[in-house]
Amino acid sequence: MDQFLQTLMGALAIGSLYALIALGYTMVYGILKFINFAHSDVVVLGAWGSLVFARWAERTAGWSQTPWYLGGVVLIAAMVLCGTVGFLVERLAYKPLRRAPRINVLITAIGVSLFLQNTGQLEAVFGTRPASIPRLVGDRTIAQIGLVKIEMLDVVGLFTALSFMLGLDWLVFRTKIGRAMRAVSFNPQTAGLMGVPVDRVISFTFVLGSMLAATGGFLWALKYSQVNQPADTGWTLLGLKAFVAAVVGGIGNVRGAMLGGLAIGLLEQFGSAYLSSSLSDVYVFSLLIVVLLFRPSGILGSTAVEKV
Amino acid sequence: MLEIRDLVVSYGAVRALHGVSLRVERGEIVTLIGCNGAGKSTTLRAVSGMVRPASGTIEFEGRSIARMKPHEIVRLGMAHCPEGRGIFANMTVEENLRLGAFTRDDAEGIAADHERALTLFPRLRERLRQSAGTLSGGEQQMLAIGRAILTRPRLLLLDEPSLGLAPQVVRTIFQIIREINAAGTTILLVEQNAHMALKVAHRAYVLEVGKIEMEGPAADLAASDEVRKAYLGVA
Ligand SMILES: Nc1ncnc2c1ncn2[C@@H]1O[C@H](COP(=O)(O)OP(=O)(O)O)[C@@H](O)[C@H]1O
Ligand SMILES: [Mg+2]
Repeated sequence: MDQFLQTLMGALAIGSLYALIALGYTMVYGILKFINFAHSDVVVLGAWGSLVFARWAERTAGWSQTPWYLGGVVLIAAMVLCGTVGFLVERLAYKPLRRAPRINVLITAIGVSLFLQNTGQLEAVFGTRPASIPRLVGDRTIAQIGLVKIEMLDVVGLFTALSFMLGLDWLVFRTKIGRAMRAVSFNPQTAGLMGVPVDRVISFTFVLGSMLAATGGFLWALKYSQVNQPADTGWTLLGLKAFVAAVVGGIGNVRGAMLGGLAIGLLEQFGSAYLSSSLSDVYVFSLLIVVLLFRPSGILGSTAVEKV
Repeated sequence: MLEIRDLVVSYGAVRALHGVSLRVERGEIVTLIGCNGAGKSTTLRAVSGMVRPASGTIEFEGRSIARMKPHEIVRLGMAHCPEGRGIFANMTVEENLRLGAFTRDDAEGIAADHERALTLFPRLRERLRQSAGTLSGGEQQMLAIGRAILTRPRLLLLDEPSLGLAPQVVRTIFQIIREINAAGTTILLVEQNAHMALKVAHRAYVLEVGKIEMEGPAADLAASDEVRKAYLGVA
């Protein structure tokens, strides 16, 4: 029982992180129909941005104790940073290719990814050594069930991730801009005929996805306190798993990405805890294969055909 | 209201329109008829900003719109129901209608036009919460027109509203087109169904491979030998 609870907490925490990142892949795919390979580098930027902001704030303010709100401020700063970078990447790299073949856009995305990675590794930027982020959330156990400790950090992380997901769901399905996003994703030309400014909606989508990536990077940094260098393979694996989450849930489907992220978190954590921990990545990619074999459009992916 | 002069449009190396000129006056129903591939849809696409003309001018209420984007043109008071209806099958009927009102923020006006669309097409009222992808072809066409009404257009472009519909549904649609026009909306109607189009329109243009071949009052064209032979199937 204890092990079960412990594993469940861990699975939800990591699963909601995958979900946050998967949302960025799925939203961009939904609207432009390509895989934004540079998305995981925006996650890295979120983690490193948070680290740099937090350190800078501590240094300049000289607090004896970190104020409780610093975490929120750092998160917002990371979101603004990533949102700006996401906006610029779309404007400068992808927008000029709106009418180009998809393969050109994919190759450009790989180029953008390499560019961000290598810029990040510059000594003047983040460098090539891992660093640790200051404690932003109090190191406290808020409850104990049997032997299982519920840590403040996990609760705050889970709460942040879930509220961002609910917020995004509300935005996409209940607001005018969300309706415009879904319209552009279904058919950009017809969306234009409804008066939807298609290019602006695309920019907005990139900014939104990048802000969620920032949140993912921020929470990841808090959870592991050590932030690896920008080109570390751990980041690639994180991006890959989030991408698998998006595909498993049904690429292009916002709720699918959330579901996929949580599913992968559960599978990975329970597989590690009850079967073998050295195979944790294998479970994830096996799920991908199974889904692709039996339900290629993903759990919530639509198979509907447009009526003519 | 709408004045097109010497419009030339190409898709890559393929020239679809070779200098089309036509005019629509306020309050009219004007129809543009022609065979498949004549360039009717291309003409409408150029007017609503979906394709860039290679040359020629397009003026809407005295303003040049040839270089504007579709979403800017909608705001000027023009709606375009595209070929194939352009329904958002991933949304409900209600959401499709709400998208029609995307450019507006006068809640009362929107509510009134929403009600008007549902009065014109009572079948949509029963299906508001249904996914638009599950509608029949005729209902989708009704939704496309209803949605266009919600943009409150002064000029409405309709691209083959009768395509693929049963004769009875076609009659309903054309009846509604008349009503919308009678309520003050100018209409440019593209049709292959020349028979119905010439009945409902005031004036007509005949388009053949990218050029206007004939024009005049709809009744005169319907009576002319060439049109009767080529488009009305009368020997
Ligand atoms: N997207 C496109 N790309 C290339 N050629 C096109 C495209 N759309 C239409 N055409 C060509 O332009 C010509 C006019 O087409 P269109 O305007 O659709 O005719 P209509 O609506 O009268 O049937 C046709 O020869 C058609 O093949
Ligand atoms: Mg056509």
